Amino acid sequence: MDGFLATVDVYRTAIAQTLFMSLVSMVVSGVLGLALGIALYATRPGNLLGHRVVFGVLGLLVNVVRPIPFVIFLAAVTPLQLAVVGTTVGTNAVTFAIALAAAFAVSRIVEQSLVSVDPGVVEAARAAGASRLGILLGVVVPEGLGPLVLGYTFVFVGIVDMSAQAGLVGGGGLGDYAITYGAQRYDYGIVYVSVATIIVIVQVGQLVGNRIARGVLRR
Amino acid sequence: MADSIVRLGHVSKHYARPGAKTVTAVDDVDLDVTEGEVLAVIGYSGAGKSTLVRLVNALERPTSGTVTVAGQDLTTLSERDLRLARRKIGMIFQQFNLFRSRTVAGNVAYPLKVAGVAKADRDARVAELLDFVGLLDRAHAHPEQLSGGQKQRVGIARALATNPPLLLADEATSALDPETTAEVLSLLRRVNRELGVTVMVITHEMDAVRQVADRVAVMDAGRVVEHGDVYDVFSTPRTAAAKRFVRSALHDRPDAETLRRLRARHPGRLVSVSVTDEPGLQRRIDAAFADAGVRTELVHGGVAELRERRIGSLTYETTGSPAAVDAALDALRRHGIRTEEEV
Repeated sequence: MDGFLATVDVYRTAIAQTLFMSLVSMVVSGVLGLALGIALYATRPGNLLGHRVVFGVLGLLVNVVRPIPFVIFLAAVTPLQLAVVGTTVGTNAVTFAIALAAAFAVSRIVEQSLVSVDPGVVEAARAAGASRLGILLGVVVPEGLGPLVLGYTFVFVGIVDMSAQAGLVGGGGLGDYAITYGAQRYDYGIVYVSVATIIVIVQVGQLVGNRIARGVLRR
Repeated sequence: MADSIVRLGHVSKHYARPGAKTVTAVDDVDLDVTEGEVLAVIGYSGAGKSTLVRLVNALERPTSGTVTVAGQDLTTLSERDLRLARRKIGMIFQQFNLFRSRTVAGNVAYPLKVAGVAKADRDARVAELLDFVGLLDRAHAHPEQLSGGQKQRVGIARALATNPPLLLADEATSALDPETTAEVLSLLRRVNRELGVTVMVITHEMDAVRQVADRVAVMDAGRVVEHGDVYDVFSTPRTAAAKRFVRSALHDRPDAETLRRLRARHPGRLVSVSVTDEPGLQRRIDAAFADAGVRTELVHGGVAELRERRIGSLTYETTGSPAAVDAALDALRRHGIRTEEEV
């Protein structure tokens, strides 16, 4: 444990960085993914804004980006990072990459959650004279909130995972700490402390998600 | 004669399916709904009645024909104007379609919110409506805490929120048990009588028609094959479809199975006589048979009340020469009494 005690300040910073990367990218990808997911749901042929071409293009875009392994995505996204963040290293650049990658994953989860909403309530809202955008935001999203929250929780776990991989490109965080101070110095105590910390973060995230979902679903 | 609130003129709706034959859900329908009435549209599933009702509030657009509601031709309206038109047409559904994310009060308030009604006015109107449907004490409950009948009452309150002059009920009682069905139907009747709302009921249950409707239209394979006053259609159904529905509601005519059993026990010719509201009917029936020297035995039948008038059918086994029975039937027909030999 000597290695750990000597680097406890780095450990603290790493936790802060991991939390920053995870939470910020969660929020950003949550918003982007929600918009993209609603668009996927709404443009599905036969739905509120049914449009075969737009639906096809959006679906293709998501399907192209999503299967790219995150480490490769990190390399591929550098030109965008340079354009938007101005650098390709450091926590900010990595947060941007995570948010972007996660947004596509979120969009599919949002789409799935919304598709499960009873079309009958959409019809009831249409019959009441609501506008299509009003129905999407005022009826479809609230009705699908339970599965949405659970879906977001699922994504959060993936985001924490991505933030650890981001350590490879100097993003900081617990992944970086575990590799630089742990694995590369053969100090496995540090590796295990990092793993345990990540497990705790994931657990807390899952717990909060479940709590909110239970409140929304009233069961 | 009151004005039409809904006028369907040569309305057809086709669904094109890629790689398959086009489906005609509604086929050249002409139908008027008169202001202040309860009109029932009855048909088996697949007859096109659910599509028909969705044409009335433009949830579906017709392939051809015109849909006029309150003097406005919906087929020419933009999506924006349609939304305004829909606020004047309430709708309730078989599966209630309540918003699970909202309370009972929230559900009823929704159309008011959509229409931009201020919060204070909204609250007052919601309370008034919940009181009308008898659910004021459940205002803060969530839909899943309600029984089916209560859910439909919330549906009705929601549909009436913006004071529409027209209410569409799409199989509104089909998911309910008979007792709850009667409750919801009597509420619809109250909506019609007390609030003056015109109601268009879509159903496959003739019992529902009998309990609630003034007029009925029978749909079969996308067409309205018969329509008229409920009593007239019940007492003299002309089409096969209408006859089947009337039979299912009154149970006064023997079905094929019953007929087989009756025939095994009763060798004479079996004759069904329609029971109408005509006074002295029974005396005339008895006299017609007696005068021809035909003995009768009552073997099947039923008499009920419909729109405060008598209706039904009585099936007799007749014993006498074929000529005598024919003479008796002729005599009945001369008196305007409808008879039909069960074959």
